[in-house]
Parts: sequence; C-alpha cells; structure tokens
Amino acid sequence: MKGILESLGRIGAKLATRKYTAGYPEVKPELPARYRARIVLTRDPDGQERCVACNLCAAACPVDCIDVVKGETDDGRWYPETFRINFARCIFCGFCEEACPTQAIQLTPDFETADYARESLVHDKADLLIAGQGKQKGYRYWSVAGKAIGGKDKGAAEDEAAPVDLKDLTP
Amino acid sequence: MSKVRLTIDGIEREVEAGQDLLSASLGLGVDVPHFCWHAALGSVGACRLCAVRVHDGAEDTTGRIEMACMTPVAEGQRVELADPEAYEMRARVIEWLMVNHPHDCAVCEEGGACHLQDMTVATGHHRRRYRFTKRTHRNQDLGPLLTHEMNRCIACYRCTRFYRGYAGGRDLDVFGAHDRVYFGRYEDGPLESPFAGNLAEVCPTGVFNDKGWSETYARKWDMAATPVICTGCSVGCNLFAAERDGRVRRVQNRYHGAINGHFICDRGRFGTLHVTEDRLDAARVGGTAAPVAEATAAARAALAQGAVGLGSPRASLETNAALRHLVGPERFFAAVPEREARAVGRMAAWLATGRAASLKEMEQADAVLVLGADLTGVAPRAALALRQTARGAADALAAEKGVPAWLDNAARGAGEGRKTPIALVTPMPDALDDVATWALRRAPEEIAPLGRAVAAALGGAAADEEAAGIARALHGAERPLIVVGADGALVEAAGALAEALGDGARLALFPPEANSLGLALTGAGGLEGAVAALEAGQARTAVIAEADLFERAEAELVERLFAAAETVVALDSAETETIRRADIVLPVADWSEAAGTFVNHEGRAQRSFAAVPNGRSAGWRAIRDLCAAAPAWETLDDMLAAMAADLPQLAPARAAAPDAAHRLPLGQVARAPWRMSGRTAHDLAGRVPEGTPARDTDAPLAFSMEGAHGTDAPPALRTGYAVPGLHSASAAPRVTDGPRGPLKAGDPGAFVLQGVDAPARETASVPEDAATGAGLIPLALDDPFAGDELFRRAARLADRCPAPVVALHPEDAAARGLAAGMPVAVAGAAPVALTLDGDVPRGHVAASVGRVLPRGARAPVTVEAAS
Repeated sequence: MKGILESLGRIGAKLATRKYTAGYPEVKPELPARYRARIVLTRDPDGQERCVACNLCAAACPVDCIDVVKGETDDGRWYPETFRINFARCIFCGFCEEACPTQAIQLTPDFETADYARESLVHDKADLLIAGQGKQKGYRYWSVAGKAIGGKDKGAAEDEAAPVDLKDLTP
Repeated sequence: MSKVRLTIDGIEREVEAGQDLLSASLGLGVDVPHFCWHAALGSVGACRLCAVRVHDGAEDTTGRIEMACMTPVAEGQRVELADPEAYEMRARVIEWLMVNHPHDCAVCEEGGACHLQDMTVATGHHRRRYRFTKRTHRNQDLGPLLTHEMNRCIACYRCTRFYRGYAGGRDLDVFGAHDRVYFGRYEDGPLESPFAGNLAEVCPTGVFNDKGWSETYARKWDMAATPVICTGCSVGCNLFAAERDGRVRRVQNRYHGAINGHFICDRGRFGTLHVTEDRLDAARVGGTAAPVAEATAAARAALAQGAVGLGSPRASLETNAALRHLVGPERFFAAVPEREARAVGRMAAWLATGRAASLKEMEQADAVLVLGADLTGVAPRAALALRQTARGAADALAAEKGVPAWLDNAARGAGEGRKTPIALVTPMPDALDDVATWALRRAPEEIAPLGRAVAAALGGAAADEEAAGIARALHGAERPLIVVGADGALVEAAGALAEALGDGARLALFPPEANSLGLALTGAGGLEGAVAALEAGQARTAVIAEADLFERAEAELVERLFAAAETVVALDSAETETIRRADIVLPVADWSEAAGTFVNHEGRAQRSFAAVPNGRSAGWRAIRDLCAAAPAWETLDDMLAAMAADLPQLAPARAAAPDAAHRLPLGQVARAPWRMSGRTAHDLAGRVPEGTPARDTDAPLAFSMEGAHGTDAPPALRTGYAVPGLHSASAAPRVTDGPRGPLKAGDPGAFVLQGVDAPARETASVPEDAATGAGLIPLALDDPFAGDELFRRAARLADRCPAPVVALHPEDAAARGLAAGMPVAVAGAAPVALTLDGDVPRGHVAASVGRVLPRGARAPVTVEAAS
C-alpha cells in the first residue's frame, strides 16, 4: 500500500514539471561537439588529406565495418586508395577516432544518417572526406613523421636534425 | 645432451646444457625481451635489452644484472626477469633505442609486425622524454626488391650480420661512426646477394622491407596466410603466402627445421608472385577463346584417338598421377628429355639407399665435394646452407677451446677462420668459391671423371694431387657430403663416392624442379618416348600438363612432337610458348589456387595449400573432366587415394599433411588472424548482401578467422606463429625446439623414398653424350634470380634478373669471327649480345638456362652471328 502511494505521488509530481518534448525535426537539437555520430575524414591545415591509410581505425573497429586500402603517391605520401565505412554496421563507438594517429577520422554530431536502402549506407571516401580540419585544428602528421615526402625532405620535420654526413668522423 | 636445472622467476625448470639463457628462456615460453639476438645468428650482446638478474645459486642473494643472451645456463642458477632493477634497465634501453626513432609507425610497412614495436610495448615505454632533435639519414635505392628507410634504424647490426656473416654478401655494410652509423651500400643499386630479401624479415624494424608488398600493401593482421611450398627449385622451402581480396600480397619464410630454417632465397620470396602476370584465364580451341566445357569436350574427342600424356616436374603429384591415369602408364611420359628423366630416376634410386641429406644435415657435414652444380643458381637455399657448412670447422675449433657456437663474435675469433674442407668442382667461377678449400675449374665432361678418380683414390688407387687431396679430406670426415645436380654421369659418380665413403656419407642431389623427384617416382620416361609413340602412330594426341616443353627440351625435339601430334592439348596457368602452340588450351590453377603435394630433393613429400579462394580449377580436376569415364575424384583426398592405389610407392605422400576432414577442438585451422579488419565492409562496393567465406574442400583450412590459430594447428597446417606479444618473424624461436632445431611438434612432410626399388644400376658408363660433330658444347648458366618460365614472369624478380647471357672463350669467338657485344644466336634461339669470358672452357658455349638453351643439353650447338 505504501509503495503504491509512493509511486502515485512520484507520477503526480511529474504533472508539475516542464514539458520535455523537442520539436524535432523542425527544431534541431544542440548536441555537444564531442557527440559521436557521422564519421568524417578531415584534412590538415594545408588542405591535404590527413588519412595515411595506416589501418588502425579498421583494426580498432569492433564490428569490422571500416575497410582501408593503402595507396602511395609518387612523392612518398601514403593515402587511402579506398576508405569505406559500412554505416549499416557502425555502432558509433568512436574507437576509430581514438585509434587514429593522424586525427583524420573524426565523429561529428550529425546523427541523421538513416536511409531507405542499405546500399546507400556504405560510404566511400568521396562521401566521407570533408574540406576542413574538423574539431582537431592545426595537426599535421607529416610534419612530425620521419618519412620524406614531396616538399618535406629528410631532416625538415619538427625536432629533426639535418641528415647525417657519413664522411664525418668527429665525435 | 645433459640437462641443467635452474629457476626462472621462482619456477624450477630443466633445460639442455650448453645453451644461452635467452634461447633457453624463449624455448620454455618465457618472453625475455631481446633485440639484436637472432635465432640463426646467435648472440653478440650489442643491444643490452635482455638484461635479467642472475644469482649463481641459493647462497648468492645479491646476484647481478646480466645479458641473458651472453650468459650460459648453469646448474642451480636463479634468474629473475621481473627484478625491478633489470626491468628498469630494459625500459631505459628501449628508451635509448627509441630516442632517434621516427614517428613513422602509421606509414611504415613493418607496423603491426615489428619487433621494435613488440619490445617497446613489452618494456612499457610509451612517451618520448628526450627533448632534443632526432638524427636523420638519407635513403638509398636498393633496387626493385627492397625498400630502405634508414631513419628507422636502431643499429642492432642484424642486417650486416646476416648479409655478410651468414649469407656471404659483400655489398651491404655499415658506414659512419657513433650514433650516426649507416647500413647500406657504398652507392645506390640493387643488393647483389640472392638472399637479400631476408633482410625484410631479419631487420627488426622498418629499415628494409619488401617493395612489392609495399605496393600492394595490407597490414599483417589484415592478410590471411596459407602454408605453401615454394615451387622455385627442388629444395621445397616452406612459405607463408599472405592474401587479401583474392590477391597474394606477400610471401614470407615459414620455419622448417630441416629445410629452410629462418631464411629463403629471393627467387622464392619474389618469384612466387608471378601469379598475377600473363595469366591464362580462358580456354581456347584452335586459337580462339571457348568455354571450358567446349574445350573439354574437344579435348575428350581428341583423346579418344589415343593419346600420350606429358607430366610436368613443376606440377603437383596429384596432377601427374591424374594424367597418368588418363593416358595409362605406358603412355605417360615426363615433359623433360630422356637424359634428365633418367638422371632424376637414378637420383631417386641413390636417395632410397637412405643417404639423402636435408639442408640441415648439409650444414652439419664436415667435408663436402660439389660436383658440377652451380648450387647458387640451381638451388639457392642449399648454397646458403653450404655457407654454414663452411663455418662448421671454425665452430668445432672454438668448441674445443670452450667457446660455444652461439657466442657469435667470440666463436668467430676462436675459430681462427678455419674452414670445413669444401671442394667445388665447376666449369665456371662460382658464387661459393670464397668458402671453398678447393675451387677447381673443369670442363663439364671432365667433372665426372674427377669424381670417379676421387672414388678410386678412396679405394687406394693412385690419383692426381687434387683428387688425392679431396679424397683425404672426405676420408677423414665423419659426415662427408657429396653434392650434385641432375646430370646422369655425376649422379653415378656421387653414388660411387658415397659407397666408397661408407655409411656416414650423405648425398645432396638437386634435381632441377620442385617435383622432379615426384615425377620420376611415377616411373615416367622422357619426352623422346612420347615423340616416338606419336611418330609411330600409336597415339595421335599429346596432353601436356603444366609444362612449357621449349623450356625443358631442345626445340628440335619439341618441334618433332608438334609435327607428329594431330592435336596438342595443353593445360597451364600462364601463357607459355607451348600454350601458344597448342590446339586445345585449358586454364588450370597455379600454386596459389590449388592444393598439391611436391616431393623435394631429399624425397620429402610436402603439401602446399590454396592461398586464394575461388581460383582456377586444379590441374588434376581439369584432367578428371577429360576422362571418358570420369573417376570419382571430388576432393584432394579422393585424388590422393586414387594415386596411392595406382602408384603404391607414392602412398606415403598422403601423410604429408592431415586430410581435409581433420578437425581440431576449435574446428578447422583459420587462415586469417583474429584481428582481420573490414570484414563487413570490404566487399561492399555497391552491394550489400554479405557473402559467406569460400570453402576449401581440399584442406582443413578455413578462409576466415574462425578456427585454430598458431601452434594449436599441426605443423603442416600452420598459418602463422601466433605468439602473443610477438608479431614479427622474430616469434619463430618460440615455436621451435632450440633456436635452430625442429618445430616443437615436429617438422612437417613425409618421406616417400623408403622402399623404392632402385632401377637397375647402369654401370659407370652412363652415356656421356660424347662431344661429336661440329659446334660448341653447351654449358648451362643458372641464375638465382631467373627460375623457370613462370618465376621469370614475376615483375620485380624480372627487374632484378640479369639479362640472358651467351659467353664464349675469346679464342673460340675469334675463330668464329665473333666479337663481344655482337648479337649471336645459339642453336637458332633468339639473339643475345655475346660476352667474351676467359673462364669459359675452350670448345664450350656458356648460355643462360631456359632463356637461351634448355638445361642439361650436351649435344654440340651452332653459335652464329644473328643477322
């Protein structure tokens, strides 16, 4: 009896609270920047693709919905020849973002990914790659990596000494 | 071997005496972090990573920090791996090693299969505290096979120790000083050694890597690996073929204690990737593409006219047995000339006497006579084994002084450079000359007489100084070894020598191809028999299974076959000259698409499995469909059962690997690693229904990650080492019994030669095609980078392979009015620029095997200026 009255009281108290219904889709919810929804591939401050096809996102993915195939440009830059995410499988866990060493793959608050056909939930690189840096500004993987690429010679990366002169015998 | 008892981290253990603490620990499954130590190269104590605390006995309470790799195991020793001071030291060592290591893992091929990564994780280092600059290096172009990224080097010296110390290479070295040392060549250019590809596995980080793999890259965890057997020569090295998306991406060494150990040759590593080149995908009838069913029907009609079958020394036992079944034993021949078929048959007879030497046994020989064979060209991995044989005497001397062989630098010093007596009798300068005690040059026809002279000298007959010297060395040895290639006279000479030497003597006989010995065991005669049957009208059709006749026999003989046969039916995996000329063509699987059994040079039958799913049909399946009454061969096991019934001498080959119904507690053996990524996305370009993995009816292996992994599987079915925490090739010592011993569960393979009845021994006078008539006697030049008609198609190996050679002695050339650089044609073959070489014996023409002349040819040929 006491329990029933307590429950009635609690439900009755709800009559006095503010209405909570959101007017979606007319009114878009404001989600925090770190909300985990649509996955994008970002570019570095120079507008170059950040992804280097290292495959760590694919390895971290618990549902194996990311497929990456490495390509290499003539100047030595690695890039994803294929980058495919099957959003029908994706559980938006964000492990891919955590695993990414180049801050290329990022989850965004855009949660409206529903579709009528399963085929259209398979997103390729063209669907994923955005123009900007996303929420991680300023990071440029190639300027900390040791591999030389076009426009960045050996020794030109951050914290790198000039290439060794092998004929030098000084201590 | 005696045992000692020691305590590792509080657990009492018993290990073999005489080894180092690191090997012993790894053998027990105790992961002592290590870096510069390599199972095949021994200990040098350079990196200081394997620090452990060692107490001499119960009363030694303090102990001291020691390098496990440099410390011999001792009775009563107490070893503490978890000691805080030792742990701290290991963590600091890795931190030093990482000071200059670039932030490259994401763009490094080694990433995910990197010993440096594994060791860094093992010691807990994860943040760079060093705030100063990293030293950088410029890279070199090391040719088409290997990448070079010197920034990643942590100066462990494994590369030079392997390349120079183990493989005898000269052109890779260390330059510079201090922490600026540089590992490379004195200038850009391809690495000369035919074993350079091993650097990709020896290098514990990403300095050297497989260039072809980098081009069609997938991370190690993303590739499904299959145990396969190399078809590049008769050694039969065990390989892992790693596949993704139906494409073989990389071939790596798979440890086999008696054969390849930790290393393979570049022909095996890079030549096996011929599978994408020049593929034969469609059947043809009369030169026009036709459905397979139509071509099969046409072939059947032709077969009804009576047919001879030509089995191939590079096709599997199953394919050859199926062809023999199709045409009948009397009409089954080998696609090689009679001289080779007979020589290999005699090899089988000699090996059946129980004298076969595996590569491991070759390494243990204490006196060697190599007759005629250019081992580096014919069976490159065996040449690498012979280099280790050469070091045996130095190790023995060091052992006398109390220095164990694993203490690499000390043993080299204490060995005083002493060399095992090796006599190398070849027509031309040889790549192994530097390890030979006697490097003797003889014209090809003088080699067998020398062998017989040595045998006679062993019996007490008088002999010239060299033969007597060699005889003395062999006589004084406990484990003498005779090495020859497929030359009838030399095989007999080798046999005679082994008999003269007694029971301890071993024979290493190298037939030309992966399954030459298996084909010989079917009892097939040579190509001449097939030509005679066709010319006599006993048959009107020739069926050629997976062999290019022009590669193996003189053009004249092959032309006679094509002229005499009304219809030529040819099966192969790539477009070859024979395929181009055949009337009916059927595409069949290459090594990567079908399972098959191959008999290597020592008579060991080994099973190779399909590395890619849904490939072309296996040779024996295509032949089954040609039979008038189709036999009930559905799976490989059916085929093997039929083979065992037809050819009882090959029945033991069934035991080369477990049959397809074999199941482990976890089911089949998984080809793919657990962490295979992209399963639910990678085949979804525009289509969603997710497929089920392909089924393999010929093997207990699954094309998925479901099933047993690593050492759970029997050795013949292993798809990886799968040692937790060790993801690179450096995990191998964890699955072997001792650093260079057999696999813990036993080395795979089944011997088929036991009980083989020796064919009647022909007396010493095996026809030695006397050099009669005009012209020059051909002298075969083998090249480790060439291989057969398929291996030569592999794009990267072809880039590395020297151009075909025709060489004459300058005086012979002058007598014919030929000069260096002139295009010349040998026996009507395509012209090649002439080389003049004083090392070519007078009256001979040295020419590249396969590309200019078929192997083993002895009849004089014409050499003339090409117009």
